[in-house]
Amino acid sequence: MEHTTINLTLKVWRQKNASDKGSFQTYNVKGISTEMSFLEMFDVLNEQLIAEGKDEPIAFDHDCREGICGMCSMYINGRPHGPWHGTTTCQLHMRAFKDGETVVVEPWRARAFPVIRDLVVDRRAFDRIIQAGGYISVNTGNAVDANAIPINKKDADNAFAAASCIGCGACVAACKNSSAMLFVSAKVSQLALLPQGGPERQTRVLDMVAQMDKEGFGSCTNTGACEAECPKEISLENIARLNREFTAASLASEE
Amino acid sequence: MAINSKIPAGDLEKKWEDYKGHVKLVNPANKRNLEIIIVGTGLAGASAAASLGELGYKVKVFCFQDSPRRAHSIAAQGGINAAKNYQNDGDSVFRLFYDTIKGGDYRAREANVHRLAEVSANIIDQCVAQGVPFAREYGGLLSNRSFGGTQVQRTFYAAGQTGQQLLLGAYSALERQVALGNVTQYTRHEMLDVVKIDGKARGIIARDLVSGKLERHFGHAVLLCTGGYGNVFYLSTNAMGSNVTAAWKAHKQGAFFGNPCFTQIHPTCIPVSGDHQSKLTLMSESLRNDGRIWVPKKQGDNRKPTDIPEEERDYYLERRYPAFGNLVPRDVASRAAKERCDAGYGVGASKMAVYLDYAAAIERYGKIEAGKQGLDNVSKDKIIEMGKEVVKEKYGNLFDMYAKITGENPYEVPMRIYPAVHYTMGGLWVDYELMTTVEGLYALGEANFSDHGANRLGASALMQGLADGYFVIPYTIGNYLADEIRTKSMPTDHEAFVEAENKVNARIQQLMNIKGTKSVESFHKRLGKIMWDKCGMARNAEGLQEAIAEIQALKKEFWSDVKIPGSINEFNPELDKAGRVADFIELGELMCKDALDRNESCGGHFREESQTEEGEALRDDENYKYVAAWEFVGESDWKLNKEELIYENIKIAARSYK
Repeated sequence: MEHTTINLTLKVWRQKNASDKGSFQTYNVKGISTEMSFLEMFDVLNEQLIAEGKDEPIAFDHDCREGICGMCSMYINGRPHGPWHGTTTCQLHMRAFKDGETVVVEPWRARAFPVIRDLVVDRRAFDRIIQAGGYISVNTGNAVDANAIPINKKDADNAFAAASCIGCGACVAACKNSSAMLFVSAKVSQLALLPQGGPERQTRVLDMVAQMDKEGFGSCTNTGACEAECPKEISLENIARLNREFTAASLASEE
Repeated sequence: MAINSKIPAGDLEKKWEDYKGHVKLVNPANKRNLEIIIVGTGLAGASAAASLGELGYKVKVFCFQDSPRRAHSIAAQGGINAAKNYQNDGDSVFRLFYDTIKGGDYRAREANVHRLAEVSANIIDQCVAQGVPFAREYGGLLSNRSFGGTQVQRTFYAAGQTGQQLLLGAYSALERQVALGNVTQYTRHEMLDVVKIDGKARGIIARDLVSGKLERHFGHAVLLCTGGYGNVFYLSTNAMGSNVTAAWKAHKQGAFFGNPCFTQIHPTCIPVSGDHQSKLTLMSESLRNDGRIWVPKKQGDNRKPTDIPEEERDYYLERRYPAFGNLVPRDVASRAAKERCDAGYGVGASKMAVYLDYAAAIERYGKIEAGKQGLDNVSKDKIIEMGKEVVKEKYGNLFDMYAKITGENPYEVPMRIYPAVHYTMGGLWVDYELMTTVEGLYALGEANFSDHGANRLGASALMQGLADGYFVIPYTIGNYLADEIRTKSMPTDHEAFVEAENKVNARIQQLMNIKGTKSVESFHKRLGKIMWDKCGMARNAEGLQEAIAEIQALKKEFWSDVKIPGSINEFNPELDKAGRVADFIELGELMCKDALDRNESCGGHFREESQTEEGEALRDDENYKYVAAWEFVGESDWKLNKEELIYENIKIAARSYK
């Protein structure tokens, strides 16, 4: 691939800690190779900041840098994970930007995801939603032979597609209501589509939705921004399925 | 100190069963009073935490990420092995055991590996019960594929995201135990020392990475499930945060380090594109099922790959290893790629790459698809189009990732790949019960040395992580804790905790007070270069001696000139990284020392002095058929302890894939 270098102006959200008010700071980066990932460009900037010794380096979450751990979480030019469709921040490469461009970088913004520092937010609310019911209650050693439960390939494929959610929170960041419906529906769908998930199907959806509300995520108004920005392209069909599951479970629980 | 691997007596295939039948048990009422600390939440840590929580122990689990679900097991792509023999192709527990020992170049312990093969089938059952969506056939049953170093299809998978699905399964089991109150979870926490009381591991000192504060945690036993140390090379397929710190602190507290030089260099990774490179990305070994690896027959051939005709291509793996072809084990495939590139046949701008080509597979699948649909007289374009669809279903996410990183379309042009550091077979030495040489301190998964010898076969890391956590430690830990039921929880104002915390605190202060001129990152890069150049895919005595001297000098420079911005009591990733790099520097020296000591070639460890005329690795069973268990004595000072490897069930032979 043709490789060139570009210069950029970055406007980055800086916030020392949860109680700090925070503000944008402007930085210039020069000679950025278009082969770099967006996070490698941040590495270059941070090395620059450390060398200058004026500002502290910018804190950002990142780990696997191959688009699967769900840790990276930058809101770039008004879009979670930036301009490329179906891509995490770590897989976004600098080919996506033009020389001389100004790029605005913010953390996920949602009441349920408080800022820890700069671009780092606290996403433990997602763990608590899973704790509320995002599992099948099967202790180690209780399982039957794996092939004793044949599963229709289409259901298995759909369950897998839902299960590929990486829990990054881009859906929440994309949503004007900061709703976590896409995240919750992906887990509910995965387990509702599989026979193993059957016994807890009704309590699961009710408990997970209740926890989601308790964490302060907003309501879903079917705008679809979550699906459009999801780096794993989790489908809105999952939200439709969650709604069906929820209705069925609510009716059943009133009996 | 003599080491005792505690391998049970009796026939190999009866050892584990007998052990389980006679091991000490802890009654449920006592379990509630026994506390276990688990560090790391990858496959080994999450599965252990969930299983021990289910048993009723009081568990505390720690990870440095913001959620246990992010541990780097999540990134494993290709699959997980199990001796299910669902394909009726001749697989068995013995075959899996044999393949693993042979794949490890006869440097793993028979009893441990056999147990691994025995429990492998249970893992698949457990995962399916949890709702892990493995790939299935149209009949609704599970699908399998092939991996390197085997001639059967025993690999279960979930597209190219098997690790993700398995980890999310273990994570959900773990979160269930958190909800039930059996497990307490500490995220964004890093273990910085093991606390020992009367020679036994009794807790840890952890640092809350958000507040920077140190914490003391008591446990009747401590489990390290902290993964491998590939990031000592700076560039590797590991996550950015993957580190050796917990294992290294344990080592300095008396846990021996087993075979530190055994590193796996994975043959199919996306090549380095420049100095800015922060990590390397793997292209799953499953791609070698269908892809063909080649270089031009002519040196320095600058034509586009699609312009090079078939007869001018060298499918060097198929040429050199006709029996296994593109599915030779990783160490063999990596060295073969290096050999071609060093000889001037490499491709791409850097010339440090070979092609992984899907053109033939796309055509083959297209024809099969046309046949299935009963289409005659299909145009070649249509066949290619249909073939691409099939390949997309099997490997779509990997192809997409390649395209994003390189900007090239792998459906149209062959992928460029080159070997990269991927996994470390070495790790903390453990006995049959997974206990280190420190009583009450265990190591599970990649963090221990035990099952893969000198080379790990593909799809076996996931198997081992889950075997250790779900099916081994729940039994073996009881054997220790049964004798601890009279030990009350110790208050953390015990002098051992105070002393350990003071030591950790002093080191952090020391790091912050250096106020030098060079960034942590710059030291890490320099360490990585020394390791890759001199302790990488090929090693020799002279280079290793140089490396040791260079690392010692680098260590001095680090401790006098590193620059860490910010302060201690805040969220400060540079400080976290500084502590990790300091530990990597010390580990690097030990790895070189081990590589120097082992004057033979085996598995991923290739000593240039020890090779056949054809350039194949030459093992020396007479002198090196042992596990090197290194004991920390003092700064840059280690004592070598040897655990002889005894093969009673396998005839040890030269490893051939020809």
